Amino acid sequence: MPGGIIGKKLGMTRIFDPDGLAVPVTVIEAGPCFVAQVKSGARDGYEALQLGFERRPLAKVNKPLKGHFEKHGSKSAFRYLREFRLDAPGEYETGQEINLEQFAVGDKVDIIGTSRGRGFAGTVKRWKFHRGPMTHGSMSHRAPGSIGASAYPSRVVKGKKMPGQMGNARVTAKNLEVVDVRPEDNLLLVKGAVPGPRQGLVLIRKAG
Amino acid sequence: MERVDQLSREQMRADLPAFRPGDTVEVHVRIVEGDKERIQVFKGVVIRKRGALTGSTFTVRKVSYGVGVERIFPLHSPNIDQVVVLTRGDVNRSRLYYLRQRMGKAARIKEKRTPQA
Repeated sequence: MPGGIIGKKLGMTRIFDPDGLAVPVTVIEAGPCFVAQVKSGARDGYEALQLGFERRPLAKVNKPLKGHFEKHGSKSAFRYLREFRLDAPGEYETGQEINLEQFAVGDKVDIIGTSRGRGFAGTVKRWKFHRGPMTHGSMSHRAPGSIGASAYPSRVVKGKKMPGQMGNARVTAKNLEVVDVRPEDNLLLVKGAVPGPRQGLVLIRKAG
Repeated sequence: MERVDQLSREQMRADLPAFRPGDTVEVHVRIVEGDKERIQVFKGVVIRKRGALTGSTFTVRKVSYGVGVERIFPLHSPNIDQVVVLTRGDVNRSRLYYLRQRMGKAARIKEKRTPQA
C-alpha cells in the first residue's frame, strides 16, 4: 500500500448502480504518480513516500527543484509533490509508478482538498447567522448583533463566531465510497462531493 | 468537464424512442420484490422533460380513480424496461402544468396529425 495518490477533481455527474438507483459521483483523475523520494525514519525523522504528479521536463523547473529531483534519481520533474506517511516506504524506490490499482470498488477513502475561497466573509455567509429585517427602519441588515454580555464577563468569549476568512483551507472529506475505478483512464469515481473546485488538486488515501 | 460528460454518456440509453411533452406513453417499470422481478406499466401523458445527460427526467401524469397521479422517471434509468409511445400530442408548450387544473374532457390533448405518405 503506497499510502495514497494525488489527483485532480474533474467534476460531478450521476450514474446508476446495479439496483438502478442514481448515485451522485465525483470524477477524479488520479495518477499516475511516481515516487520522487523515499523518506526514512533514520535520515528524515519519519517514514513517508514523496509522490510526484503531472510530469514535466527537468528543464522546466527551477534549479532548487531540479537539484532535488536529480539527487533522488528521478528522470523527470513533476508539477506537484506531496507526501504520504506509511509504515514501510522502504519497499518502494524512486521512479516507481503509483496508480489506482491500490483502490477497489467499495473501498472507503478520505479525500483532502482545498475548499473554494470565499474571502473575508460576514457572519451570515460564514456561520449561517440569521440576518435582520431589511426594512421597517431596521439598520441591522447583515450585522452580527451582540457578541456578548456587558460587565460580566466584560470580554468576548473565545471561539465566538465572527466574520473572517472563509474557505481556501485544507478540508478532508472522510469515508467516501469508491463507486468505480478505471486504471486504464486513471479515473476514480467516489460517491458524493469532494472539497474544492474543478481542476483542484486532491489527495486520496484509504480511510481509517 | 468533457471527460465527465463522456463518462456520463456511457450511462445513457439509446434504445428509448423519442417522445415529447404531450405524448401519451406507457412506461414499463421493472420492480424487484425480494428475489422476484415484475414489470409494472404506468400509462399517462408526458407533462415535462428536463435536464441533460444522465440527470434528465420526465414526468408522466395520469388520472387514476379521479385522483391525479404524477410520476417522475429518470430518463436513463435501467429500471425502465421500455417506453411505448401511444399517441403524439399537439401542444404549444413544453411544460403542461395546466393539465393539473383540468379534469375529464377539458384535459384532453389534441393528437398531432402527420401527413400520410
